[in-house]
Amino acid sequence: MEIPYTVKERKDTGLYNAKLGIWLFLASEVMLFGALFSAYILLRVGATPGTWPHGLLNVPLGTLNTIVLIISSVTVVMAWASLKMKQFGKWRMYQGATLVCALIFLVIKSFEYNDKLTHYEVISKVGDKYQVHDGHLISEDKDKVVLEPSAHRIYTSRAIALGFGPVAEVAHGKADHDPKAHADHAPAKHELVTIQRSTIERMQNYAPKHHAYLAIYFTLTGLHALHVIGGALVMGYLFGPGAKMWKTDPERFTNRIEVSGLFWHFVDLVWIFLFPILYLL
Amino acid sequence: MQYSHDSHSHTHDAHDHGHAEMGFWSKYVFSTDHKIIGIQYGITSLLFLLFGFVLMGLMRWQLAYPGTPIPVFGPLLEKMLGSAASGGVMSADLYNSFGAMHGTIMVFLGIVPLAFAAFGNYVVPLQIGAPDMTFPRLNMASYWVYFIGGVIMVVSFFLPGGAAQAGWTSYSPLATIIPTQGQTWWLVGMIFLISSSLLGAVNFLATIIQLRAPGMTWMRLPFFVWAQFVTAFLLLLAFPPLEAAGVMQLMDKLFGSSFFIPTGLMISGKLADVSGGGSPLLWQHLFWFLAHPEVYVLILPGMGIVAEILCNNVRKPIWGYKSLVYSLFAIGFLSFIVWAHHMYMTGMGTAISTFFQTTTLIISIPSVIILTVFFITLWGGSIRFNTQMLFTLAFLVMFGIGGLTGLPLGFNFVDLFLHDSYYVIAHFHYVVAPGTIFALFAGVYYWYPKATGRFMSEFWGRVHFWTSLVLMNLIFFPMFTQGIAGMSRRMYDGGVNYSATTNKDILGALPESVIYSNVVISVAAWLLLLAQIPFIINFFWSIKKGKKVESDNPWDSTTLEWQTPTPPPHGNFAVFPTVYRGPYEYSVPGAAQDFVPQNEADIKAKPKTNSAKH
Repeated sequence: MEIPYTVKERKDTGLYNAKLGIWLFLASEVMLFGALFSAYILLRVGATPGTWPHGLLNVPLGTLNTIVLIISSVTVVMAWASLKMKQFGKWRMYQGATLVCALIFLVIKSFEYNDKLTHYEVISKVGDKYQVHDGHLISEDKDKVVLEPSAHRIYTSRAIALGFGPVAEVAHGKADHDPKAHADHAPAKHELVTIQRSTIERMQNYAPKHHAYLAIYFTLTGLHALHVIGGALVMGYLFGPGAKMWKTDPERFTNRIEVSGLFWHFVDLVWIFLFPILYLL
Repeated sequence: MQYSHDSHSHTHDAHDHGHAEMGFWSKYVFSTDHKIIGIQYGITSLLFLLFGFVLMGLMRWQLAYPGTPIPVFGPLLEKMLGSAASGGVMSADLYNSFGAMHGTIMVFLGIVPLAFAAFGNYVVPLQIGAPDMTFPRLNMASYWVYFIGGVIMVVSFFLPGGAAQAGWTSYSPLATIIPTQGQTWWLVGMIFLISSSLLGAVNFLATIIQLRAPGMTWMRLPFFVWAQFVTAFLLLLAFPPLEAAGVMQLMDKLFGSSFFIPTGLMISGKLADVSGGGSPLLWQHLFWFLAHPEVYVLILPGMGIVAEILCNNVRKPIWGYKSLVYSLFAIGFLSFIVWAHHMYMTGMGTAISTFFQTTTLIISIPSVIILTVFFITLWGGSIRFNTQMLFTLAFLVMFGIGGLTGLPLGFNFVDLFLHDSYYVIAHFHYVVAPGTIFALFAGVYYWYPKATGRFMSEFWGRVHFWTSLVLMNLIFFPMFTQGIAGMSRRMYDGGVNYSATTNKDILGALPESVIYSNVVISVAAWLLLLAQIPFIINFFWSIKKGKKVESDNPWDSTTLEWQTPTPPPHGNFAVFPTVYRGPYEYSVPGAAQDFVPQNEADIKAKPKTNSAKH
């Protein structure tokens, strides 16, 4: 006996099986990301005052990615609508456009990741005096490390414990604060800093280990990127070999496009929440 | 209303030609048939239950006779696990890891897969009159993902340093800073198990919503289906936060992040190389956000099984079907807002504690309604005492003890005293062991004839029941007294260090009788292990040698799973059933038989007698 309602909807629920399935799956996804968003809130509320970074991420790039995803959620609907109107050629175009958007998003995201992973905080000790340097890695060999200082930075709990960073500023009061008292006074841009290897006590890039903000940033966006990749793989399959089903069972194929589209909308929606909390707030 | 085998096999062949040529692998191993998958789940999870029990059997030696070599099994452990059991003595590390894995295996690899996935898979599509689950391939995937998760958990015992040691609750920062690999494997294993549960939950919900037979309205669903429905919702919505938490703890373990690591954490007197800024309480919140609904995941399917067997053997409708269903909803909803009653001792604040104390006590109301409905259903019935009914009746009493002893724990001022003591262990084991597990045994005895076409032995069933009932109580009842006396649940030596005989001057030291109970409990636990042998032999022996069933409906039941050929073929029903009535129409006045199946359109009247005729 065949399983009913695989293609046609059941009258009293108004849904075919896969559509109900994806809605239920998305409910669980809401809880998954919901838990991570709660973690974000708790970490942020619990952070030592003044240590939660602002403006660390590249807002123009983030905005661009937001626009890319919004465009893709339009094309994903157009793709489904085209199939509903039996315009297979148009569907091909829109489905392709969605895939291109997914690819652009991932490329931009990988540039942003790379920017963070090449950004270092270096704690060195010359004589009795600790120094904290922060910037992008220009070059390194076994003798020295060259950094290009960065305008946007995070102070780790280590640096703060050594008397650097915003908490020290708060403690001393802005008026008393003499940046020259510390060795980490920000040099002018493009002025490279060279640090001798032998003096380095700790060198850490802006990976999840560096700060709770980066931990939640990489986890949230990484999980989101995995969803983008997953969605793109499914839509890519439907674009390529999966499209043969249009000839044999067009209604079912249209349903598949609708279901993958629902998932894609969810992925977009998550980003709409991620963008403000990670980039703007 | 029974279909003959001939007419069935005819339609069957006509419909799915492909299935006739299925080989062994695609028929029994990589099957998409919900019944085979249910049996796969059932056997795998029963094996895990046995495994988890054996771990505890070994730990009980250490508790009863601390520091002495375990006879027979000690040298075996040493051979397999090396220095963790040197000289056949269980080391503290090994005790911790067995404890952690006992909990994990029993909950995530034993009870949930058996109660939800095994019984749910086998019975739900049959009871709602569906040909299969909505997504058969997803169903197969969820079994295999579960299987991989189980393999990862088992393999982790043989890693250097052994399996996870931080308890089944895996609290950070302890779980994060233990340097062995066991915890990492535990997390990866958990992520597989959670994913499997999510796939299963989506499938169950879609099946119950979409594939109900014509006429099977919501209020005609057997209570077991309702129980599975609510359970699936709990799994769907409560498990993802733990998956998120698992991912975060894995990040902490593998990439050194600090989700659950506070600033300034010292390890062995040295400042840990972490950024800090995390919150250990965050883990506890996320963990218990799953793990409290999980408690209801453990019990609700058991209640569903009990309802089926109860009506079937009392031969009367359930008293208050709607009360049952609405209580189920209430439990499902409330179970999401009681989680922090596990955290009264964390210092999260009196206001929050009061809130969770209130919701915790409210959730006991629907639970009591359900139990009361079951008890009232017994009233005035002519009860058949077969093995499944004995287990069911024992469930009512044992779950009653487990539930009522939970109330003191719900009050945060009493919990301050009882928290983390053996009292807690006794409480939740009464709910899950002689509670849920008895319901599951009942389910095995009840549905076995449908799945195999043969009965399990009634005599050995009774031996299994009575020995298990007595021994379960011998194990868990003394734990209440141990807990009230102040024995902590995490003591590796069974409390000997705090014995009143060696600490004469210390007020509240453990009296000798409390320490001695360890021996009684341990002996009872080992005997309980032996008492499962009749069940195991009965289970396998009856497949080939058990008494054959004479009809497709040997228990004279009303629900749809008994209106199929025995065992049901791929596709289940020869003709799609149509449902005309509620699930428990037993002893309908005037009917010829004392049960009216759900798919019977017209009640056959009694043959004419001298009673009033229309």
